[in-house]
Amino acid sequence: MTVKSTSRARKKAAPGVPDPARAGVGAEPELVQLLTPEGERVEHPEFPLTVTPEELRSLYRDLVLVRRFDAEATSLQRQGELGLWASLLGQEAAQVGSGRAMRAGDYAFPTYREHGVAWCRDVDPLNLLGMFRGVNNGGWDPNEKNFHLYTIVIGAQTLHATGYAMGIAKDGADDAVIAYFGDGASSQGDVNEAFTFASVYNSPVVFFCQNNQWAISEPTAVQTRIPLYRRASGFGFPGVRVDGNDVLAVLAVTRWALDHARTGQGPVLVEAFTYRMGAHTTSDDPTRYRQSEETESWKAKDPILRLKAHLEKEGLADEAFFAAVEAESETLGLRVREGVRSMPDPDPTLIFDHVYSEPHPLVDEERAEYEAYAASFEGGEHH
Amino acid sequence: MAGQLSIAKALNGALRKSLESDPKTVLMGEDIGKLGGVFRITDGLQKDFGDDRVIDTPLAESGIVGTAIGLALRGYRPVVEIQFDGFVYPAFDQIVSQLAKMHARALGHVKMPITVRIPYGGGIGAVEHHSESHEAYFAHTAGLRVVSPSNAHDAHWMLRQSIESDDPVVFLEPKRRYWDKGEVGEDPLLPLHAARIVRPGTDATLIAYGPMVKVCQEAAQAAEEDGRRLEVVDLRSLSPVDFATLEESVKRTGRGIVVHEAPVFLGLGAELAARLTERCFYHLEAPILRVGGYHAPYPPSRVEETYLPDLDRVLDAVDRALAF
Repeated sequence: MTVKSTSRARKKAAPGVPDPARAGVGAEPELVQLLTPEGERVEHPEFPLTVTPEELRSLYRDLVLVRRFDAEATSLQRQGELGLWASLLGQEAAQVGSGRAMRAGDYAFPTYREHGVAWCRDVDPLNLLGMFRGVNNGGWDPNEKNFHLYTIVIGAQTLHATGYAMGIAKDGADDAVIAYFGDGASSQGDVNEAFTFASVYNSPVVFFCQNNQWAISEPTAVQTRIPLYRRASGFGFPGVRVDGNDVLAVLAVTRWALDHARTGQGPVLVEAFTYRMGAHTTSDDPTRYRQSEETESWKAKDPILRLKAHLEKEGLADEAFFAAVEAESETLGLRVREGVRSMPDPDPTLIFDHVYSEPHPLVDEERAEYEAYAASFEGGEHH
Repeated sequence: MAGQLSIAKALNGALRKSLESDPKTVLMGEDIGKLGGVFRITDGLQKDFGDDRVIDTPLAESGIVGTAIGLALRGYRPVVEIQFDGFVYPAFDQIVSQLAKMHARALGHVKMPITVRIPYGGGIGAVEHHSESHEAYFAHTAGLRVVSPSNAHDAHWMLRQSIESDDPVVFLEPKRRYWDKGEVGEDPLLPLHAARIVRPGTDATLIAYGPMVKVCQEAAQAAEEDGRRLEVVDLRSLSPVDFATLEESVKRTGRGIVVHEAPVFLGLGAELAARLTERCFYHLEAPILRVGGYHAPYPPSRVEETYLPDLDRVLDAVDRALAF
């Protein structure tokens, strides 16, 4: 008996077998929720929200169009038009809610999955597809819409966001920054360094963690032993866990967090508790690492269905409205499909463009060599 | 600026001038405020410009460079200090994958006018991770400019030119020369990326940068006593390299020897030797030789003199080149 209990204890302590129950990360404690999965409006004492029927309909439209854009991109990847796609399916409310909480002067630093935030910042969806099609490595002017380039190295952008927020504070401006990252990124050194810098400089930045439960195949329990929002307290700033599939709760909490940051009260960590319904990217196969029952249980919390249920229950939208949104989504799908297919390949000399902002002799030399080499093929085969 | 100044003072003066001339210039780093940096390069600057311009940072190199990127996006011109060469590696992603590529990824819409100052190289009897020469990693990365001064005048003016550049510059400070004195003139003599012939000669060209320029000057002096006239070129810029000046010199002398502290294998000398061979092949009397560190971790300081190129190792290479 003694031997058995020892071996059990050893097994429990062994690395590689995280216990979600022990970590407390699988539970759903202290979720801020303003709209139940059934579409019932509930109040939260700390995060009141007043929304007009028109705003509710507008949020619904955002959710539907963002999902449609994402679905179209996934299809385009399957058709060979995109090299890769990172789907946001299931995370629409977390992105639209936080994106709509931002003001014009606020700045977003995304990962590579924030298509819904880009939508809210009025970035042309086709811009987002260039990188995934392979025609550029970023491709837009981040300062045009205050939406930074997608960052692929996990967590690196949280430091850029914090530095930008430090600049806002220096300028004495009335703006704030949102840094997006995931549950996996919470393990990265850069994210923890960003928390430290933001905290000690009291920078106006909101760290917005979309905990979608999976970092490719690794569950949140491999990243943390405590609920992620509680990480903030160790750095000396508030953390809030919000129902990430509830667009109203995300809007209210993020709006509060941004105001907290912009009024000189320092950073906030918002953990949007949500679920990635699809694969990490189109290269991934989630059936290898997670149970279909889990995915099914999250379907019942779908962010679009719950807002639709609310609009119907309250009589805030009629069939004509839903049909109009559906028609708009068809138009968007068509625009994305045609836009991607007609996206031209870049001129090969793009390689040499913008490596530096000032002339660099090595780049000039290699460009000239390439151009001479390319020119040597012109008509050459016929002689 | 007239008069004899140490390289350390020349750098301090350059930072002061840059802070004075552009309110968007900010300094960031560990211990750079009241302490003035562990080498006192930022001495007195926080007192005069305030802790909003001369910012003591948390002890986190990736954080220092990463937040500087954000500040640059906001319109600032950060000058960050990495305390020692061997401490830059935690910031490697931020420098080579983020900072170096941001301008290209944004199709030229954003600029990254960031200067990363790093005291580098050995010869001061330091402990592990305080004596390394990592210039090849950075020069290998497109998007970065990499420079290293060898004297007080260049230290001052190359730092000011680096800070004024709209591109990211890795500014390598030869720490064992910090206390060497020299005249600092009123104007820069050369553009940031020009090499300079510091001693003319006819028999072979010694190519060096940073801390090794002085070693090569001493070697050339010693060789002259044996009747050998060696030319010494201070590279100054490691990316881009001023090949025109090198090529002209090597064609004239027929021999080239590259000297650096970093390991020879895949070091900057390998690139210089390969390109100079391509360009000067019919003018060469001997293969381009390299003198540098060994393929070993930087050694304990009691044996670093074995690792570091010195006057004798340079002269030995000169003998070999002239024997062809």
